[in-house]
Amino acid sequence: MSATDQHAQQQGTQSGSAESTGRTTASKAAAAIDRARAEGRAALVGYLPAGFPTVQESIDAAIALARNGADVIEIGIPYSDPVMDGSVIQAATTEALANGFHVASVFDVVKAVTDATEAAVLVMTYWNPVMRLGVDEFARRLAEAGGAGLITPDLIPDEAAEWIQASDKYGLDRVFLVAPSSTAERMAMTVAATRGFTYAVSLMGVTGARASVDESARRVVAEARAAGAERVCVGLGVSNAEHVREIAAYADGVIVGTAIVSALRDGGPDAVGELAAELSRGLERGAGA
Amino acid sequence: MAENAPEASAETHPADAFLAGSLRHAPGPYFGAYGGRWMPESLIAALDELDETFEKAKQDPDFLAQIADLNRNYSGRPSLLTEAKRFSQHAGGVRVFLKREDLNHTGSHKINNVLGQALLAKRMGKTRIIAETGAGQHGVASATAAAFLGLECVVYMGAEDCRRQALNVARMQLLGATVVPVTNGSQTLKDAINDALRDWVANVSTTHYLLGTAAGAHPFPAMVRFFHEVIGEEAREQVLEQTGRLPDAVCACVGGGSNAIGIFHGFLDDPSVRLYGFEAGGEGVETAHHAATITLGRPGVLHGARSYLMQDEDGQTIESHSISAGLDYPGVGPEHAYLHDIGRATYEPITDTEAMEAFSVLCRTEGIIPAIESSHALAGAIKVGRRLAAEGGDPADRIVIVNLSGRGDKDVQTAAEWFGMLDENGQVKGTTLSTRRPKGFVPGEGTGAVEELA
Repeated sequence: MSATDQHAQQQGTQSGSAESTGRTTASKAAAAIDRARAEGRAALVGYLPAGFPTVQESIDAAIALARNGADVIEIGIPYSDPVMDGSVIQAATTEALANGFHVASVFDVVKAVTDATEAAVLVMTYWNPVMRLGVDEFARRLAEAGGAGLITPDLIPDEAAEWIQASDKYGLDRVFLVAPSSTAERMAMTVAATRGFTYAVSLMGVTGARASVDESARRVVAEARAAGAERVCVGLGVSNAEHVREIAAYADGVIVGTAIVSALRDGGPDAVGELAAELSRGLERGAGA
Repeated sequence: MAENAPEASAETHPADAFLAGSLRHAPGPYFGAYGGRWMPESLIAALDELDETFEKAKQDPDFLAQIADLNRNYSGRPSLLTEAKRFSQHAGGVRVFLKREDLNHTGSHKINNVLGQALLAKRMGKTRIIAETGAGQHGVASATAAAFLGLECVVYMGAEDCRRQALNVARMQLLGATVVPVTNGSQTLKDAINDALRDWVANVSTTHYLLGTAAGAHPFPAMVRFFHEVIGEEAREQVLEQTGRLPDAVCACVGGGSNAIGIFHGFLDDPSVRLYGFEAGGEGVETAHHAATITLGRPGVLHGARSYLMQDEDGQTIESHSISAGLDYPGVGPEHAYLHDIGRATYEPITDTEAMEAFSVLCRTEGIIPAIESSHALAGAIKVGRRLAAEGGDPADRIVIVNLSGRGDKDVQTAAEWFGMLDENGQVKGTTLSTRRPKGFVPGEGTGAVEELA
C-alpha cells in the first residue's frame, strides 16, 4: 500500500469517527456477559444460520433461543465454502443458499432479533462476503441494524486492519478466535485485538457435536486469561446441558451451535426454545458440577 | 459517498517493480495486494511451522542436494525441450518449443512439488499427508511421493472429478492412497480443498496438507513456486543452448497456476520475454460456464489467500466450469494476480473447443497426446504465434515456449467423447464388432481365460 493510500484511509477514518458515536458505545456482547456474571452464572451463546430454513423461521428460532436463556445470539451468514463447519451446519447453510438467501437479509435478521429480545446479536461470518460488500459498508449496516459486532472464523488480527478500523468507527465488537494451537505470542496479540469476548476453540477440528468436551478447552481459557482476556467463551463440540455445566464452571460463556441447528432442523423454533431452556439450566456455577 | 478505497487497487506499478529490482524469488506472504493468510487461527501454528521448516530447508545444501538427486534419478529431470516443427505451421510459422513436463514420472509437473513438500513433511516429523486433486495428477503425484517416502496418504477428490478421471482414482489406490470422493458443493476441486482443510485442522499434529497449487495461505504460494522453479530454469538454459537466444513468449495454462508460475519464474526478469497464462474459458467467457478467474473475477479471499476469485455479488464463490478438471477452479494463485496487475504477465481465456482443437493438432502433428489442461496452453500458443507472425519479419525468427505440463493418457475417455468416438453405450466405436463367443458372461467377474478352459 502506498503512503498516499494510507494517508487517504486515515483521513477517511478520522472524519468518519468524528461523525459516529462509535468509540463511546460500550460493547454489547461484553455487557450481556457481564449481566450473566452479575447473576452468578456463565452466559449462553447460541448460533443459528440466517435464512435456514427460511429468513422468517431463522428469526423466529433466534427469538425463541434468546427468550429461553441465550444471552448472546450468533447469526451465521451462509457461505459457499465453510471450511470451519462440520456436516450439520454445512447442510443447513447449503439449504439456505439453495432457498435463495442473500447476504443483505442478515441485517433484517439482526434487526428483528435485536428489536424483539434483550440479547446481544453478533454476526458470524467467513470473510469474503464482508469484503465483497465492503468492510466499512458492512459495518455501517450492521451497526444500523443494532448488531453487536462480528465473529470472524477465518480472519485473524494479522489481516484485520480494515475491520479493526471499521469496528472502531461504528462501535462494533470484534470477536477473534484462539485455539489450542495458539502460541503465547499469538494469544496475547489476538486478545489485545479483541473486543466483546475472546472465542476459545475447545478442540482442533470443525463445528459439530462431540461426545465430550475436550480437555484442551480448560487450558485454552486459562491461557487466554493469562494473556489478559477479560471475557472468554468456549465453543466447538458443546452439545448438551452436561457440557454446558462443565464449561460454565471455568469460562464466562458457553457457545452452542450444531446442537441448536439440529433442533431447528428436526423440530422448528419450538424445539430450539426447549433446547435453550435445557442448556441454560447448566449455566449456574456449581450447578451440580 | 464511496465507502471504500477501490478494490484491486494495483498498488505497485510496473515501474516501481522494475525499480525495486527483481521480480524473482518473491518471498510472500504478500504479492502486492494479494496473498496473506486468511485462515482459521487453529491452522496458523502449522503454517508457521511449515514456513520455518521451508525457510531452513531452502538454505540447507543437504536438502537441495536431496531434491536435485530425486529430480534427476526419480522424476527423470531435466525434462526435454522439444521443438514442435509440424505444430509450428499451425502457429503462424513461429518456432514452437515444448517443455516436456509430460515426460516426468507420474506424467506431469506435479511431481516437482510433491517430492519437495513430502520431504518437508518428514522433516517436521509428520507421518501422514493429505492432498486435494482435480484432474487427479496432483493426487497421483502425492500418492507416489507418499509411497516412495513411506507416508500415509489421503486424497480428497470431487465426486464429479472422480467420474471424469476414474483412471487416476485407480492409480492412486494402486499406489496405496485412500481416495475420498467429496460430494459437497460443486463436487470439484474447490470442495476437495475445503474437505482437506477440515481434515487438516483436526489432524494437524500428525498431518501435512500437501497443497498442489501455488495458491492458499502463506507459505504455500511461494513454496510451491520454489519447487517448480526448476521448470523455468531448465527451459531458459535449454532454449539458449538450442537457439542461442531467449524466446519471444512463454505460454502456460493457469488453474491455480503452479506450472505457469514455475516456468514464468525463469523469465520474470527478462523483459523481452512476454509471459502468457491461459485460463479455462469453458463454453466461453460470455456464458456462465467457465473458469476464467483473472479475466472475469474480482479480488476476494478463498482458501487462505487474497486473489482474484469468481464470486457473485454476495461474495459467494461461483462454480467454475471447464472440460479440464485440473483448471476447474474458481480461484488463482496470488502471485499471478500480482503479475496481472503490474502487467508483467497476460492472462487470456481459452474455450473448451479451442483447447480440444489444439489437443488434436498436437496429437497429429507431433505424436504427443497432451493433457487437456496443457492443451489450453497449446491453443494459446497458436494465437500468440499468429500474432507474432503478424508483427512482421520472418516468423521463423520468433520463438514460443509452451509448458506441456502433463500428458493426456488420463484424458483419453474425455477426448474420445468430445470427438464423437464413442457409441451410444459409451464404448469406443469399432471395438465391439468381434463375433467370437464372449469369454465371460458376467462383465468384470472371473477371467476369460478360466471360462475358455472350462
